[in-house]
Amino acid sequence: MSLTTAHSVVAPSTNSKRIAGVLVVGYALISIVPLLWIFATSFKTPPDSIAYPPKIVFQPSIEGYCNLFTTRTRQTPEYINSLGPATGFCDETVRKRNMVIAGPSNFLPRFVNSLIIAFGSTFCAVFLGTLSAYGFSRFKVPLADDLLFFILSTRMMPPIAVAIPIYLMYRELGLSDTALGMILLYTAVNVSLAVWLLKGFIDEIPREYEEAAMIDGYTRLQAFWRTVLPQATTGIAATAIFCLIFAWNEYAFAALLTSGTAQTAPPFIPTIIGEGGQDWPAVAAGTTIFLVPILVFTILLRKQLLRGITFGAVRK
Amino acid sequence: MLNRTADNVARATPEPLAKKIRGISDKGLAWLFISPTILLLLAINIFPLFWAIYLSFTNYRANRPNEVVKNLGLANYRRILGDQDIWIAMQTTAHFVFWTILLQTVIGFTLAWLIDRKFRGHAFWTTIILVPMMLSPAVVGNFWRFLYEPQIGLFAYAVSFVTGIPPTNVQMLSNVELAPWAIIIVDTWMWTPYVMLICLAGLRSIPEYIYEAAEVDRASNWRQFWSITLPMALPFIMLAVLFRGIENFKMFDMVNLLTGGGPGSTTEVASITLKRQAFESWRTGYSSAFAIILFVAVFGLANIYVKALNKVKQR
Repeated sequence: MSLTTAHSVVAPSTNSKRIAGVLVVGYALISIVPLLWIFATSFKTPPDSIAYPPKIVFQPSIEGYCNLFTTRTRQTPEYINSLGPATGFCDETVRKRNMVIAGPSNFLPRFVNSLIIAFGSTFCAVFLGTLSAYGFSRFKVPLADDLLFFILSTRMMPPIAVAIPIYLMYRELGLSDTALGMILLYTAVNVSLAVWLLKGFIDEIPREYEEAAMIDGYTRLQAFWRTVLPQATTGIAATAIFCLIFAWNEYAFAALLTSGTAQTAPPFIPTIIGEGGQDWPAVAAGTTIFLVPILVFTILLRKQLLRGITFGAVRK
Repeated sequence: MLNRTADNVARATPEPLAKKIRGISDKGLAWLFISPTILLLLAINIFPLFWAIYLSFTNYRANRPNEVVKNLGLANYRRILGDQDIWIAMQTTAHFVFWTILLQTVIGFTLAWLIDRKFRGHAFWTTIILVPMMLSPAVVGNFWRFLYEPQIGLFAYAVSFVTGIPPTNVQMLSNVELAPWAIIIVDTWMWTPYVMLICLAGLRSIPEYIYEAAEVDRASNWRQFWSITLPMALPFIMLAVLFRGIENFKMFDMVNLLTGGGPGSTTEVASITLKRQAFESWRTGYSSAFAIILFVAVFGLANIYVKALNKVKQR
């Protein structure tokens, strides 16, 4: 009798499974509360958000989102009454607080900066990374191990330590506070991850495919283009998502090297303030909009997650 | 498309030249593929590193670019090693790294061990647990300031609900005793899933037949855990500790937004000190020297650790 088909002697008992399940679900629920709270706060009115005791049941409002996308000025009730009827929901909400919308806030441009810089640097890092990974995977490169270690070691430097000379260099080159400068920097940081991950993925593609293609008359370059790349799509996509997440989330460089035109969302969101302190519903709204893409990516990536976070060291 | 162009060019050119275009030698192709990455890293990582090394021997200040730069020799390094504040910052960092890694390893491993029982729905709940680590530490850290607010914050409310302490007295961020723990809690919340995920891979890599053999030998569950599960998962646990150790030694974003190093300098980890010296006091030369010392420290410790890790793996 085989042990695996019949009742395995080492399978956990039903009881121990149940206890394990309860504990894990308990942890998951507690750890998700801060995120649910962000989401809930984004739909509260400012008074509701700072109520004591904290309100779990409340009247939902999109005031936080209105405040996130606009700047407002306080006006006298007489002035507000002299205006025409309110245009749209946000206008109406704001007027109830004796304010009028003065213009758009900086959130949208900062968000767009985040998109440009994240996608730009991801494209460059994955492009360079794929080429290098193929080079390291298929050819005898002298000192390959040392070069690979060098590529990885660039990631060990504290970001602030790198930022000091980069700050000076960018000032000389006129790259301070430009999207190009940030794309270059994030590409350099991400390329180490891209090379290590992609080398793992390409190593797994049998060499025989290319060799067969080359016997059929393809050159090495054609074989790379037509047989290796299509097979590596999953790996390339997973790597791209990891690079994208890093660039999207990055704060230290962005906070020190950008201040205006090229500022990304992470250093901007904490600066959203209302009258008398931080406007928490607006901050929560900005945080929610900022986090949703990452949530989607995490779910898409869950099978490759382990590989990505260990630089390909653990593959399951 | 690229290949077709290459083909056409190759067909139209005389034989020896065609060979060169069609079949760039493997060696040539290898360098063609690898050199752009190396060049980029040289320009954006290595060149600045050497610049920082040069600056660390000078009294250069980035906010006074026109002043004459004086060579100080090793004076900056000597001053850092004798600077009381730097040593306090290093102690704060060590405290932070030690406790975050301890908590994350214990909780992370326990969770992985529980998830490995494969109860119904374990895949779904694992994904839920993984979410915090994918988020931006800066943006989420910033929001924790709200959760930590005395009285109106959810954390303060929960603590007072459980312990009975008035919620206005739960001042996680402004109390000198509590602030270091405030950052440890957020870091643990964020990164326990990371350790858990790696440990889970370790547990799943243990072949079932070993447990079957142990069962035949009537080894107790307790015995099985200590002589099979833990030793075989150890390389994975150590790998997780390595990655978390490096990351937390460099910790900047979450702490900068939560406490900014305060109150006073109770949560001033090394990166915060570095930022204050470099971008607030503008002591560029001095802070470069500190940066170099930090880099050498991470690099040296990581190297020693990797050697130990390889020894455990070989056992």
